[in-house]
Amino acid sequence: MSVHDMTIAADLAARRRIGATMAMIALVTLLALISLGIGPVRLSPLAVVEALFGEGSEVSQVIVREIRLPRTILALAIGAILGLSGAALQGLLRNPLASPSLFGAPQSAAFGAVLVIALGLADVRSYALPVAAIIAAFGSVFVLLMIAGRNAGLLILILAGLAISSLAGAATALVMNLASNPFLVLEIAFWLLGSLEDRSFQHVMLALPFIVAGAAILLSQRSAFRALTLGEETAQSLGVDVNRLRLLVILGVALGVGGAVAVTGTIGFIGLVAPHLMRPLIGHDPARLLVPSALAGSALLLAADIAVRIIPSTSDIKVGVLTSIIGVPFFLYLIMRERRALSGGVA
Amino acid sequence: MMALAAQNLRVALGRRRVLEGISLSLSSGHLVALVGPNGAGKTTLLRALAGLIPSDGEIHVGGDALAALSLRERAKRFAYLPQGHMVHWPLPARDIVALGRYPHGATDPARLSPRDAEAVLRAMQAADVMEFSERRVTELSGGERSRVALARVFAVEAPIILADEPTASLDPRHQIDVMKGLRGAADTGVLVIVVTHDLGLAARFADHVLVLSKGRLVSQGAPAEALSEAVMADVFRISAYRAEHERETVIVPWAEI
Repeated sequence: MSVHDMTIAADLAARRRIGATMAMIALVTLLALISLGIGPVRLSPLAVVEALFGEGSEVSQVIVREIRLPRTILALAIGAILGLSGAALQGLLRNPLASPSLFGAPQSAAFGAVLVIALGLADVRSYALPVAAIIAAFGSVFVLLMIAGRNAGLLILILAGLAISSLAGAATALVMNLASNPFLVLEIAFWLLGSLEDRSFQHVMLALPFIVAGAAILLSQRSAFRALTLGEETAQSLGVDVNRLRLLVILGVALGVGGAVAVTGTIGFIGLVAPHLMRPLIGHDPARLLVPSALAGSALLLAADIAVRIIPSTSDIKVGVLTSIIGVPFFLYLIMRERRALSGGVA
Repeated sequence: MMALAAQNLRVALGRRRVLEGISLSLSSGHLVALVGPNGAGKTTLLRALAGLIPSDGEIHVGGDALAALSLRERAKRFAYLPQGHMVHWPLPARDIVALGRYPHGATDPARLSPRDAEAVLRAMQAADVMEFSERRVTELSGGERSRVALARVFAVEAPIILADEPTASLDPRHQIDVMKGLRGAADTGVLVIVVTHDLGLAARFADHVLVLSKGRLVSQGAPAEALSEAVMADVFRISAYRAEHERETVIVPWAEI
């Protein structure tokens, strides 16, 4: 094999990856159009495109651009940051079972937000909410990685994640328990289920800056994840500042997940599932997985949010409930697949 | 040329003093074996020399103080091969080898400059891994994987290679393969330091042997001198069969003392 042959092989792999990424972009676009068309008034994707560009009837323009667009933008952005966070955590920890929700990040972010609401420090549309959520998410991921240490096995990570999410859940329950206003409790309880309903551009403005900042931080570190394939020590010997990388990933995940949770409540398991859907198409390179995982996250959340609007039911199904109901069995499947590693073999 | 020198090097991990007063100076083009009983501090010394863990004392590499070099600059000076050849994701062998170019700014194996691509090719040829360049490393045998790891280290094209037990858990043929590969690198002017428990391989392939015991450098020199009967008895608490074959020293650990 010569340099030439090697280049050809690399080109083929690259072409396949680009094709898969393009297909994902097309899928996300289609789902976004469907998401904009679904609701009490159904609009075809064509009518949606017309309305977006200021054509068609005035009513459909208002429906699409003012009522439904914020919801679709949030699904797109939040799905993307959750998928990206999952891929980044899996890359950092070299572990296919890593994800924000298994580490208790959304649960902790929710606790931060709930605390702010319950204390009456802020209403649900102030920037105090995402900031509190981000701080709590940062704390939870930071503590988890401290506990995990340098070369944590799967079991330690999952047990520590379980403990942290339980603690966050208990703390949230305590806040609700102590809250004096029953309406407030009900509001918090529904918000915790995770939903994209009735979100406005105000919500978009609340979450988007943090999500964009988090995504930019995570993407800027992508090549370091590739070097980490060889373990932390070797990555360091190749010039990766591993301690700095850890902090940046925690910060990126916290910004993204905190910002997302602050406007939608907890939406779990997208970060776990998205990278797994992409590996068969993209390969296992943790750097190349980031963008496709973000696209897969968008597609998943858009699809779930479309599904909750289509599934006939007496009361609204919350999208966070749906993602967990799909995500947890997938998690069980992954545990089965990783059984050997979990029962003490080499990860 | 003096490639690597340490003056009164000390390392403490937590409260435990692991290395104490290590001074050495090693020149380019040599294969140096670092030997010693379990827990003597061999891996710690290797890490400290590469600047991967903090240490007290002075280390000079190619005439520059290690402490003054940036992480990136260190990465270009040392190619580090850790124990176990751990690879966490099933990437193609070529991509793993290409990671050796990371310190040179080539972070994407799909977009290597001609210069980096040449370096990767040279490394793969030197370690004889061309035939499975597209196979996933996780599907390779232990011997093949160790050669890929070696190629990755060669691809850095660093003046110093630090290898931590590169022959552990390999069959005799692959042990000789790996040592020959490292010997070959030394013959092209690289300083190669190999941690090993195999005194036979150390005696056969090394120009210089460092014997570490309880965190101190207790003996060094050509294999026959550094691994004298007295050292074998005091440090390793064994006796050994000693001979000469094809003008190389033969040492075979024989009985405990």
